[in-house]
Amino acid sequence: MIDSIYGAIALGLLYALMALGVYITFRILDFPDLTVDGSFATGGAIAAIMITHGYSPILATLAAFGGGLVAGACTGLLHTKGKVNGLLAGILMMIALYSINIRIMGRPNVSVVNTETLLSPIMKPIGLFILVMGIAVVIVKLLLDAFLHTDLGLALRATGDNARMIRSFGANTDRTKILGISLSNGLVAVSGALIAQQGGFADISMGVGMIVIGLASVIIGEAIFGARSVFIATLAVVLGSIVYRIVVALALRVELFKSSDLKLVTALIVIIALVVPYVNRLLKQKSVARRRSAELLATVSLKKGGKS
Amino acid sequence: MLDLVNVSKLFNPGTPDEKIALMNANLRFKTGDFVTVIGSNGAGKSTLMNIISGVMKPDIGEVRIEGKAIQHVPEYERSRWIGRVFQDPMAGTAPRMTIEENLTMAYKRGKTRGFGWGATSAKRQLFREHLSRLGIGLENRMNAKVGLLSGGERQALSLLMATFTKPAILLLDEHTAALDPARAELITRLTDEIVREMKLTTLMVTHNMEQAIRLGNRLIMMDKGRIILDIPEEKKTNLTVAQLLGEFEQISGNKLSDDRVILG
Repeated sequence: MIDSIYGAIALGLLYALMALGVYITFRILDFPDLTVDGSFATGGAIAAIMITHGYSPILATLAAFGGGLVAGACTGLLHTKGKVNGLLAGILMMIALYSINIRIMGRPNVSVVNTETLLSPIMKPIGLFILVMGIAVVIVKLLLDAFLHTDLGLALRATGDNARMIRSFGANTDRTKILGISLSNGLVAVSGALIAQQGGFADISMGVGMIVIGLASVIIGEAIFGARSVFIATLAVVLGSIVYRIVVALALRVELFKSSDLKLVTALIVIIALVVPYVNRLLKQKSVARRRSAELLATVSLKKGGKS
Repeated sequence: MLDLVNVSKLFNPGTPDEKIALMNANLRFKTGDFVTVIGSNGAGKSTLMNIISGVMKPDIGEVRIEGKAIQHVPEYERSRWIGRVFQDPMAGTAPRMTIEENLTMAYKRGKTRGFGWGATSAKRQLFREHLSRLGIGLENRMNAKVGLLSGGERQALSLLMATFTKPAILLLDEHTAALDPARAELITRLTDEIVREMKLTTLMVTHNMEQAIRLGNRLIMMDKGRIILDIPEEKKTNLTVAQLLGEFEQISGNKLSDDRVILG
């Protein structure tokens, strides 16, 4: 039991980078980017093939980051310069990446078992793994926070918030969008590279459903920890990724679920998290409107009563 | 300073819905001019603004700033010279970002945005001073998200953001039209103060005849994409709303038709 919780925390930290990437597109740019399913596997593929060819794991992971950047930039270009609908641009890249990923690996999967990887020095004990990965993820989170407070980062955030406004202040919103989508997929690819090194293999289907898992992490994090500022929002995403893995670990211990039900459960979590706040808001608005109308009516009739 | 030379613009050209938005508009603005623009529905006032700011490109004709033709320069690059306040109070600010962050972005108008830290303490001090001059207490709420402000407060902030970097040209697109009378009056007063103090070359579209006469040193009237009247400062000081409406009828042959017009 405790072991599976530790395992869940460790996995949550590895996937947290992917969730941070999804946060950039989904929350900051307001752009649901499906490239993620492809670029996650691209990251894994690049890292695995480079490690098996004897390159250093650090270099392999950096190359994975670069691959993700390029994939994201392609989606961004399609969407901004080619005026392709955002969802479609992501889907097109996702499909294109499927073939590209097989090209990269030369076959549908590549094993890095029994090879020195970036994570091998810290794999055991699990406490060490969580500590080191935790620090690494926090560093990435803080770097992202800092970037989002620079002039360029502010322009990126404003692009998703009010593009017309930031254009009138001189930012090229096409460029900021491409930058954001690119950075997002870079982080996703690094996450894929780490998962490949931790699991011992890269697989062509390792990215399937990744966007939904990313969304679930972002939404769960927001629901539990809020999003008052960038600092808190990114922290919530990291913790959301961990909470998601713990929930999954617990759900799988219940005999009710098979591991193949995982994607259904994830989709349900996202659906609930998207629909419940909307219904809540609707009900709240209605009750406020009703109360205020009644109040105003009361004051009006009071005044009339006073006069007569 | 700012010149429009033979500018024409059609909407839906070559279709049954073809509409003349601007027809051979020629305008010269001197530095420090504060021009008010009035006209009926569809007269081309907003098109004029959009063509100057770069949201639209003219079909033919030139837009010149300091003698340089800029009609092909994209909107985001023109922002170096042009500050703009929109009619919709929601349009000029980013709601999920703080007052301070919004001002930081405005501070970088037209400059390259890099990895420099956004809201430094020096900039914050500057913003606080500017905000306190608005006199509505925003200087004490610099870390509040702009989405929490009222329409009037957001428009005051938009006005500050559009002006405090002293753009060469200020475009005001019916920027008080969506506010209640008290707030509209506040924004009108702030506009007058800021434009005077900073001597900004300003172009203001308005539906409020009285406001159009009271503010600025020049008044332009538009109808069906044409500039039909251009009243200089000497004549403008003694102008009345009745005279203005009379002039319009005489020139265009119609009554000024505008469902939102305020005679003041």
